[in-house]
Amino acid sequence: MTTPLAEVATSNASLRAFLHGLPGVDRVGADARAAMLGTRSIKTTAKRQAIDLAVRMVDLTTLEGADTPGKVRAMCAKAVRPDPADPSVPSAAAVCVYPDLVATAVQALRGTDVKVASVATAFPSGRSSLEVKVAETRLAVAAGAAEVDMVIDRGAFLAGDYLKVFEEIAAVKAACGGAGENGEGGAHLKVILETGELATYDNVRRASWLAMIAGGDFIKTSTGKVSPAATLPVTLIMLEAVRDFARRTGRKIGVKPAGGIRTTKDAIKYLVLVNETAGPDWLTPDLFRLGASSLLNDLLMQRQKMATGRYAGPDYFTLD
Amino acid sequence: MSERLAVRKTYKLFVGGAFPRSESGRSYVVTSAKGDFLANAARASRKDARDAVAAARKAFPGWSGATAYNRGQILYRVAEMLEGRRAQFVAEVVQADGVAAKKAGELVDAAVDRLVWYAGWSDKIGAVLGSANPVAGPYFNLSSPEPTGVVAVLAPPAAPLLGLVSVIAPVIVTGNTCVVVASERAPLPAITLAEVLATSDLPGGVVNVLTGFQAEIAPWLAGHMDVNAIDLTGAGPELAVTCEELAAENLKRVLRPPTAPIDWMAEPGIERMAAFLETKTVWHPIGT
Repeated sequence: MTTPLAEVATSNASLRAFLHGLPGVDRVGADARAAMLGTRSIKTTAKRQAIDLAVRMVDLTTLEGADTPGKVRAMCAKAVRPDPADPSVPSAAAVCVYPDLVATAVQALRGTDVKVASVATAFPSGRSSLEVKVAETRLAVAAGAAEVDMVIDRGAFLAGDYLKVFEEIAAVKAACGGAGENGEGGAHLKVILETGELATYDNVRRASWLAMIAGGDFIKTSTGKVSPAATLPVTLIMLEAVRDFARRTGRKIGVKPAGGIRTTKDAIKYLVLVNETAGPDWLTPDLFRLGASSLLNDLLMQRQKMATGRYAGPDYFTLD
Repeated sequence: MSERLAVRKTYKLFVGGAFPRSESGRSYVVTSAKGDFLANAARASRKDARDAVAAARKAFPGWSGATAYNRGQILYRVAEMLEGRRAQFVAEVVQADGVAAKKAGELVDAAVDRLVWYAGWSDKIGAVLGSANPVAGPYFNLSSPEPTGVVAVLAPPAAPLLGLVSVIAPVIVTGNTCVVVASERAPLPAITLAEVLATSDLPGGVVNVLTGFQAEIAPWLAGHMDVNAIDLTGAGPELAVTCEELAAENLKRVLRPPTAPIDWMAEPGIERMAAFLETKTVWHPIGT
């Protein structure tokens, strides 16, 4: 792997040569390592810290056909003050909505640190033309989205048309705006790999590298519409990819597992994985996010349990 | 021919319709009334209690939403299944309680009859505790009893089968779901009863049975914010006070322990059902 990354993407053949030249993933080894790290026991003060960190990393998400402006406003209020009865609970990192609701969310979050993320590019399937995808991204950014979650064209990826995927990501990145070298100043781009459709761990590694070379700021596991969504081994592979990419280029890319993370226990397993794989530098909302909705209430209940010593009940927290 | 190996039963917990071991991996020795070793029973931890409450909460919408007639049918079905295992229960009651076989037979029969008795109440309790209220205005004003929610039950230490059935049946027949802490001294009939419940069309999670030390588990249930009521029938005086204090935090309904020993053979009355019902009153305009 001595080719400079800038030259890798000159043709589909060179991209293919690079991505297929990446070392293969030992499936059994990855599963076993993720499972082993999942057994770590995090208790008392460490757990308290982990819960607060996880709350700060949550991208509170609603991506339903039935989303209304009222629901989005309620979710924004929850992202700012997750537990209205306890001001010591930190805010969530961002809210994630469909492009047409970005304006509503931006208005509801004005003056707070909570960012607005929007899915774009024909989410969740990604089956549309590049023009439509770019236009949708522009609309979301124009409405005020600070982060864009795009989906890759899995069909093209699986067919081996890596250059098409690369160019789409690059075009969407350009549409995010920003004048700096890596698009600084523009919207943050999260690239959804939809690992549940990529079939193999080798493909997850390849897609991760492809997204990073093409200019993604974050790589995200899933849309949440496909099962399996985020899993520990897949996140492990993506964390390894961002670690290796940072060693090679000095650029730190974020990781966001999304979908299926519902309990505090799960969230803490992911934090352990981050710490042990990419390192403590990634234990920040700038470089690691959890895409979730019901997770937040479970984090709050665990937090209250640790504070009061009694098990909390869902009756005392806001409905999702 | 070699002698056949004994196939002994592992007594586990009953949570969400399944029979898990304790999360803690612990167990404790259960002896007969005479002091002979009977089995190792699972010793539930606070996390097992938490899981059981979650299972009971999950089962609540379905069970409370079932028709009263359906709940009665299922309770009757439990009675049928219990009757079918009569010999096994007689043997367990003899061991656990140290009573003679004849007396044990009467206790098991009484437990079956108790289930049938409560099954009959399922669609009648509303008529007894509900009412059409006279009000000064053009309204129908109707009160009807509704289930409280998740009920924690501390089963009586004596009468391991009849007492247990007599505290579970009135809680679930009205649509509540429950987490029962079985008699600490004699938990084995409770787990065998769980096997009956698991094969009686009773949805998983409606009844969850924990075995172990009451003083260890009960305070967690009493303090749990997602438990709506607690039946302290089996609690000693000190434990009852502790639990009642903890239960105050989220205003749980509390059924205090009896002041005099209960005669479980006597007909129970509707107090135990009424203790875990909430009255809902609706006003409806008559019109014109």
